[in-house]
Amino acid sequence: MSAPSPAGGTERDAPPLSRLRSKHLLSAADLNAEEIVLLLDTAEAMQEIGTRRIKKVPALRGKTVVNLFLEPSTRTRTSFEIAEKRLSADTLNIAGSASSLVKGETLADMARTLEAMAPDLLVVRHAYSGACDLLARICDARVVNAGDGMHEHPTQALLDAFTIRAHKGSIAGLKVAIVGDLLHSRVLRSNILLLRALGADVWLCGPSTLMLPGSDRFGVHATTAIDEAVADADVVMLLRVQFERMHGGFFPSVREYFEMFGITAERLRRARPDAIVMHPGPMNRGVEIASDVADGPDSVILEQVANGVAIRMAVLYLLAGVEADEVEP
Amino acid sequence: MPVVMEADRIARTLVRIAHEVVERNRGAADIALVGIRTRGVPIAKRIARHLTEIDGRDVPTGSLDITLYRDDLMRHPVGPQPVLRRTEIPFSIDDRRILLVDDVLYSGRTIRAALDALIDFGRPRSIQLIVLVDRGHRELPIKADYVGRNVPTSLRESVQVRLAEVDGVDEVRVVDDAAASDPPGAGPGGGGGKHPRGERP
Repeated sequence: MSAPSPAGGTERDAPPLSRLRSKHLLSAADLNAEEIVLLLDTAEAMQEIGTRRIKKVPALRGKTVVNLFLEPSTRTRTSFEIAEKRLSADTLNIAGSASSLVKGETLADMARTLEAMAPDLLVVRHAYSGACDLLARICDARVVNAGDGMHEHPTQALLDAFTIRAHKGSIAGLKVAIVGDLLHSRVLRSNILLLRALGADVWLCGPSTLMLPGSDRFGVHATTAIDEAVADADVVMLLRVQFERMHGGFFPSVREYFEMFGITAERLRRARPDAIVMHPGPMNRGVEIASDVADGPDSVILEQVANGVAIRMAVLYLLAGVEADEVEP
Repeated sequence: MPVVMEADRIARTLVRIAHEVVERNRGAADIALVGIRTRGVPIAKRIARHLTEIDGRDVPTGSLDITLYRDDLMRHPVGPQPVLRRTEIPFSIDDRRILLVDDVLYSGRTIRAALDALIDFGRPRSIQLIVLVDRGHRELPIKADYVGRNVPTSLRESVQVRLAEVDGVDEVRVVDDAAASDPPGAGPGGGGGKHPRGERP
């Protein structure tokens, strides 16, 4: 993947060079373990910028980034926007309700229109799985998937991995229990790919109606018994119950869901004493997670949000370095 | 490839520079060192130790990665990005005398980037520049305040600094790399002309 870094004693004036193989970040599957580590290491260096008095570096000066958010988003959109501004990119925000899509323009036509304005990067959030792939095929710009339907959300998985690594040192061999609405979760799909690439032992748990179809293909364990999933886990990751994507009854009641699958302080005692609790947000308190756990000492939920900025800076920085139609030098 | 500085010469030079710093600044009060990654950092730490020996004060030391400030960062027509490393300046630089430390001074572009980066951290009282080797060929109006050794070079040569902390040995060599000739400003470094070892034939 990367240009070979010169053996040992690398110098700042001719630093080792690294690249992502792919021009776009559409799926966590675009990344191999080496690239994931490069992204996490880069994010670690980026994190320091947020502690400075002047939280801005000139790295992406003169680059134009279009944030195309066609589905509601608070943390991902603001996180990308802060990341872009900290790297000095020029940013442009297009929201679904304010775009010409409401006038009946197709996504492809809109993409061609944007393309005519020659943006360097396109950050896309869309309600339909595969929307980002479509844009990547049409556009010359590099496309970052900021969540497409029930498909993937790779930057969320990267920031989760970053948060886990920050607490546990490494990811290989950790038991990660992912509990909640597995069926509708794009965060889950990206996380499985990423965590498996890094060698984690991934356990999925949720009601049988919300299971991930074909989960055995990913080399993960799946169970409906929450105590089994949480037992001795190093990481307990909750997924939001996505009521807005549910048409029909997936479980009898919210109360029953919480009884069966909600993470409470008592359930958490089965995990390892140093286990961390994660949630990609937004949380349904009292549904997938008890309030005292969400705000408790093991929760790293707000850290995840903070780490999102550094991860997105790393993604933008590394993608911006790969030119269109690039060839191996 | 001649060795232009060997281990004891490097050691004596750094002690001498520490004395010059104390002389010029009338002590080591308010002084802090910032080494430019990679090899400016161990040099800064060694000078900090000498300053403490001479003046009795602890001298804070930080490290600076200038990658995101490079003037050639996004200018490659094609290609990979330089790997980013951590900047660590665990003290306020406001009103301090900052000694910026690098191994080789060449085009001056690295120092320009480092000055820009430093200013984002605050407003130091002054910034002075220490380099182990000045090899000439400046492209920007930049001059070092303390120079370990002036080494006249041609553009076809590169200066290799090796330090025990990074490379296991202390030594400065001048290498003729006609094969991998890299005019200043055009190479990926835009400056140093210090080629990574292993890239040479």
